[in-house]
Amino acid sequence: MKDENRVRKLALISSQGTLDWAYPPFILASAAAAMDWEVKIFFTFYGLPLLKEKIDANVSPAGNPAMPMKMPFGSKGFQSINWPIPNVISNNIPGFESVATGLMKKTFKKKGVATVQELRDMCVEMDVTMIGCQMTMDVFGFDKKDFIEHAEIGGAATFLEFAADADVSLFV
Amino acid sequence: MSDNSIDVTLDCSGMLCPMPVIKTKRAIKEMEIGQNLEMISTDPGAMPDMAAWSRQTKHDLLESEDQGGSYRFLIKKTH
Repeated sequence: MKDENRVRKLALISSQGTLDWAYPPFILASAAAAMDWEVKIFFTFYGLPLLKEKIDANVSPAGNPAMPMKMPFGSKGFQSINWPIPNVISNNIPGFESVATGLMKKTFKKKGVATVQELRDMCVEMDVTMIGCQMTMDVFGFDKKDFIEHAEIGGAATFLEFAADADVSLFV
Repeated sequence: MSDNSIDVTLDCSGMLCPMPVIKTKRAIKEMEIGQNLEMISTDPGAMPDMAAWSRQTKHDLLESEDQGGSYRFLIKKTH
C-alpha cells in the first residue's frame, strides 16, 4: 500500500524536438512540480536540443497529417475553419514549415498558452531535474556548455534508477 | 473575521493549462499558513485541475465556483 504522505515522483523521457512535441513534457513536468512532485526529465535523441539556451523548435505538417491548419486572426468563425491544405503543398512548398510554426506560435500566444521557453524556465524555477543523454550528445556533437546551466548529464541507468521508484513514467 | 476571508487574490484570467496551477503554487509559497488565496481563472480546465491540485498538495479547496465564463477558487494554505 502506498504511503499517502510521501513525495510523488514523475519520470519523463523527452525524445522529440519539434514545437508540438516539446510541449507535453514541459507541461506535465511544470504541473507536477506545482503539485510538489519530484520530477526528472531525461532528454534524448531529438529532445536533446530542448536543453539549449535558446529553444528554436519548429513544427512541420509533414508526418502530422491530422494537424489542424487554422488562422490566428479574423472572426471566431474564420478562426475555426480548418484549411484543407494538401500534403503535396505542405510537404513541398519551401517555407511552409516556418509558416506552420508561425501560425502555431501565434495561435498559442493568443489563446494564453505559455511558450516552451517560459514553461522550461518555470520547470527550472521549481527545480525539475533535467538530464541530457550523454550518448546522444556524443552522437550529435553536443557539449554540456551548449546547454542551460541547470542541465545535468546522465545515461540510461541514471534515468532507470529514478524511474524504478517513480509513480508515473512517460516516454514522449 | 470569517474563515473564508480573502488574504491574497490571484488573477489568472486569459491563461491556459498549466499556468493557473503554477501561478497558484507560486502564490501559496509566498503566503502564511492559515491564509486564504482567491484565484480567478477563465480556463474551464481549471475546475477539475484545481480540485486535483488541492488533493495532491493537501491545501484546502474551500470554494470552487463556476461564475459563467470565469471560475473562482478559494484555497487555504494548510502547511
